[in-house]
Amino acid sequence: MAAPTQSSDYWQGVRAGLPFLLVIAPFGTLFGVLATEAGLNLFETLTFSVVVIAGAAQFVSLQMLQEHVPALIVLASALAVNLRMAMYSAAITPHLGGLPLWKRALGAYFLIDQTYAASALHFERHPGKTLSQKFAFFLGTMTPTCPPWYGFTLLGAWLGEAVPADFGLDFALPIAFLAMIAPALRTGAHVVAAFTATLGALLLAWMPYNLGVLCAAALGMIAGAETERRMQK
Amino acid sequence: MIDRTDLWLVILGLGFGSYTLRFLFLGLVGNRPLPEWLTRHLRYTAVAMMPALVAPLVAWPAATGGQTDPARLLAAAATLGVGLISRNVILSILSGAVTLVAGSYWFG
Repeated sequence: MAAPTQSSDYWQGVRAGLPFLLVIAPFGTLFGVLATEAGLNLFETLTFSVVVIAGAAQFVSLQMLQEHVPALIVLASALAVNLRMAMYSAAITPHLGGLPLWKRALGAYFLIDQTYAASALHFERHPGKTLSQKFAFFLGTMTPTCPPWYGFTLLGAWLGEAVPADFGLDFALPIAFLAMIAPALRTGAHVVAAFTATLGALLLAWMPYNLGVLCAAALGMIAGAETERRMQK
Repeated sequence: MIDRTDLWLVILGLGFGSYTLRFLFLGLVGNRPLPEWLTRHLRYTAVAMMPALVAPLVAWPAATGGQTDPARLLAAAATLGVGLISRNVILSILSGAVTLVAGSYWFG
């Protein structure tokens, strides 16, 4: 067996992150296409992906901007989608919290669904890894996920300029959302949360400024958490 | 057309906000566990927010002027169904797209 080095930890991370390309590639491309169709230029589209680097929140805010929802409501809704990032941050701190500030600051930027999922799993399975080995692994998971997110956004933006507007893409966004929701319905509690939120959004659609969506999501979260609590008993 | 002030407000605000959420514990709060009830709710943010957003778009599509459209309902069902069974994102998207095209032709 080869001696464990930081470099081998890095490459293990790359291998762990690689399968996520199957998700990053289509969604990155789709975001680029839809943003271009919505009238964003190449610079605006790419900046969106680099600055925000969170697929679901980007799709949410793009959709709401197109519906001319006030910017503050768009922000609140998209940040609500991203609240789970705080949970990732808390969960990864026991592993990476000992790093110097600049490495923690860098790590925080790359803390996305995929790097978190791959790293948390690995750190739990290998509790004996040193701090620098863990950071090397984390950077490894980032390599095949984050830069490709920018790259495929750019590809999508170029494609979007080629595709004529009004190509029946209005429904691409709901389909992308549904494709993201399906694999996330892992337990009964997830299903209850999703179902409550769906019903709530339809019943509260009369509320102004898309506030019904936020209220319905809050109801869904409560329903999911409560179901989980009761199932544990 | 999206208002440029709104667009940049959202891009920069969302970037700042998302980074703050990611940095919150790793950089600021440190190694203190979140209360149980809070993590339990946070686990369901994405799975509640996304359906809440998508439900009205499916039920009352903008493209048909808010009229419920059987082709779009079928496409949504196909995407979700294939996604649930196959757990394959690409297959799920393709099923939805094919159903939408076929459905629009059939009902159109």
